Amino acid sequence: MALTALDIYKKLPQTNCGKCGFPTCLAFAMQLANKKASIDACPDVSDEAKELLESSAAPPIKLVKVGSGDREIEMGDEVVMHRHEKTFYHPVAYALMVDDDSPDIESKVQAAGEMKFERVGQEMQLDMIAIRSKSDDPAKFSSAVSAVKGKTSVPLALVSQNPAVIEEGLKVCGSDRPLIHAATKDNFEKMAELAKANNCPLAVLEDSGLEELAELSKKVKEAGVEDIVLDLGKKPLGKLFQELTLIRRLAIKKLFRPLGYPIIMFAEGEGASEGLEAAIGTLKYASIVVMKEADRAIMYPLFTLRQNIYTDPQKPIQVKPGIYELNGPAEDSPVMITTNFSLTYFTVAGDIETSKVPSYLLVADSEGLSVMTAFAADKFTADTATELIESCGIADKVNHKKIIIPGQVARMSGKLNENSGWEVVVGPRDSSGLPKYLREYTSA
Amino acid sequence: MALELPKEKWVGKIGQVVIGALESEGGTRTSKVALGGATSLPFLGFEGEYPNEPPIGMEIFDIVREDYPEVARKPFEDVIDDPGKWAKKCVEEYGADMICIRMIGTNPEEENRSVEDAEQTIKELKEAVGVPLLIYGSGDEEKDAKVLEMASNVMAGERCLLGLAEEAAYKSISVATMSNDHGIVAFSNLDINLAKQMNILLTDFGVKLGNIVMDPLQAGLGYGLEYSYSVIERIRLAALMGDKILQVPMMCGTARVWNAREAFKEDADTGDSTSRAIFWEATTGLSALLAGADALLMRHPDAVKHVKESVKNLYGGGEQ
Repeated sequence: MALTALDIYKKLPQTNCGKCGFPTCLAFAMQLANKKASIDACPDVSDEAKELLESSAAPPIKLVKVGSGDREIEMGDEVVMHRHEKTFYHPVAYALMVDDDSPDIESKVQAAGEMKFERVGQEMQLDMIAIRSKSDDPAKFSSAVSAVKGKTSVPLALVSQNPAVIEEGLKVCGSDRPLIHAATKDNFEKMAELAKANNCPLAVLEDSGLEELAELSKKVKEAGVEDIVLDLGKKPLGKLFQELTLIRRLAIKKLFRPLGYPIIMFAEGEGASEGLEAAIGTLKYASIVVMKEADRAIMYPLFTLRQNIYTDPQKPIQVKPGIYELNGPAEDSPVMITTNFSLTYFTVAGDIETSKVPSYLLVADSEGLSVMTAFAADKFTADTATELIESCGIADKVNHKKIIIPGQVARMSGKLNENSGWEVVVGPRDSSGLPKYLREYTSA
Repeated sequence: MALELPKEKWVGKIGQVVIGALESEGGTRTSKVALGGATSLPFLGFEGEYPNEPPIGMEIFDIVREDYPEVARKPFEDVIDDPGKWAKKCVEEYGADMICIRMIGTNPEEENRSVEDAEQTIKELKEAVGVPLLIYGSGDEEKDAKVLEMASNVMAGERCLLGLAEEAAYKSISVATMSNDHGIVAFSNLDINLAKQMNILLTDFGVKLGNIVMDPLQAGLGYGLEYSYSVIERIRLAALMGDKILQVPMMCGTARVWNAREAFKEDADTGDSTSRAIFWEATTGLSALLAGADALLMRHPDAVKHVKESVKNLYGGGEQ
């Protein structure tokens, strides 16, 4: 929790001298708490107070970047426990792990790179490749990193606890800011040196407990590494889940700096089991989830989950306005209209698909509002519907001028007919009535 | 200095609803399930009580619609026309902790099955399995009044859950549950205020709060899951913070997954359709549990298996 105005006031000189430009110290404190003023404006503040205020202004979870260029990943800088309190800002990154002794390392990375999905206008693909040194051989690791680097532009994680191995890997890709994984209590001095020398983020790994993990992250920070990622190590899922929650609370509610960093998690299990661990990490507080497999049937739903959870609750996902063709429509197929709130679109499109009736669905730009809300807010009106009908080119695709509108907005039918010249048919009030409605509509 | 772990001290306690009555209690069930009872957020029993590992029930129908997705149908191909056998397979082969039957065939818009036919189905189901039962109507208010009254009587002494009570139709189902001391499932559509309103309507009508289970609607993954997730979290947080009227267990279903063709359609780009559908359903269910649901109703056996495994690992792996 950030400092309140009263907390800040207690640290100010309380002289009400007015040199900061505010009449009283309390007024100044309130501006500071709202981040509307800078502590530098006070000429008399103590160094101790200044340091406290400056550090409290830092985000509770440090923003850490990995990689460089277009595919750079930002993580951390989250401010809430639950997404409805504000939003989750930096989506979890999914990483595929490959081993340096694997003969098909290049084809695996190649296949991972070719896996691209598009959903609701967002492109989704694997965010990282983690290269694990199973061989513990610096030369072998180095050539594996080279091979991977030739096949991908996504950020890398170099996974080994042997500094000599990491050092060789960094010679190949150090300037790309890979994540070094990991510093432990035994090797952290050497790892911190490597991270500093290459300006790379460093993961700290400690599985014995949160206190020990915090100790280690402090030491690494004291050694001069700023960009830290936490790894809680391998432990029973229930324990890991509880610790993920505790770390988030310590960081956000207690501003406990040694654990105020993004978290990396290695999903256990295979197939759907591994996928569900990744889902848990997505929902509850991991910033990177590393997986051993990247099956499309698992990754596509997982990306969808991430898309859902990281949607800003204040800004609904929208689909692109325009014509959507469902079930392979022809010129005599029915034409329907709805709004571009993604949930509305998906529900309506799903119900039309269920009906198996070839159809055109026009999606109007309602700024992401559902039909009823948009209608009430004048974002979905006879005018906007007419504009869409005229601009989208539907008249060239069908041999009729009949449009089905949602039953909820039956009131716009007269005006829509007048404006557009299309015959307006009032459809069911709820989208779930569409399959039956459409079957009857087309057989009539 | 020892690190002090930030434990939340919640003032609220979620009521516990037990369904199923054993022979010694006047029923014929061979097992019971307990829903709710928590004084902590899900799987965080170290700071309160999280006494019951969430049970996973399976959902069946009295009749199966023609357009029921092939992926969900396939594991039950041999039994799908016989609800008793279907339920038995769910319990004996796939470990369902409870069975929910949706009597969709009684809807006048569907097959309009008679109350007598429905009675036969429910009697067979009662004989076929020993787990606790949930009986849901078809959503036709008039018909449900008769079907659920019959169900309440057939299942007298068995301690079932009857559903779904909705804002526009809750009185006759309330009467049906109260007459034989069954529980009731109160449905609300993605809205914390409506969820609360339902509990108020039901208790005002005479249903005991301790007999209510809420279904706040779990939207499918990709189809509004984020709304459900936040509504469920908010309901649970409000209950733990002391809102008594929301201190009832939540039961969520994954049924919506099977309306979203994206989850199960043939499409090589998004992987094998069966694996995708199973993971889609499992993810939808697990999300509801992490948000605060106390129990799930699911369809595909493999999705059930995966969620059960995750629940076991989450529940058993931590300090509860």
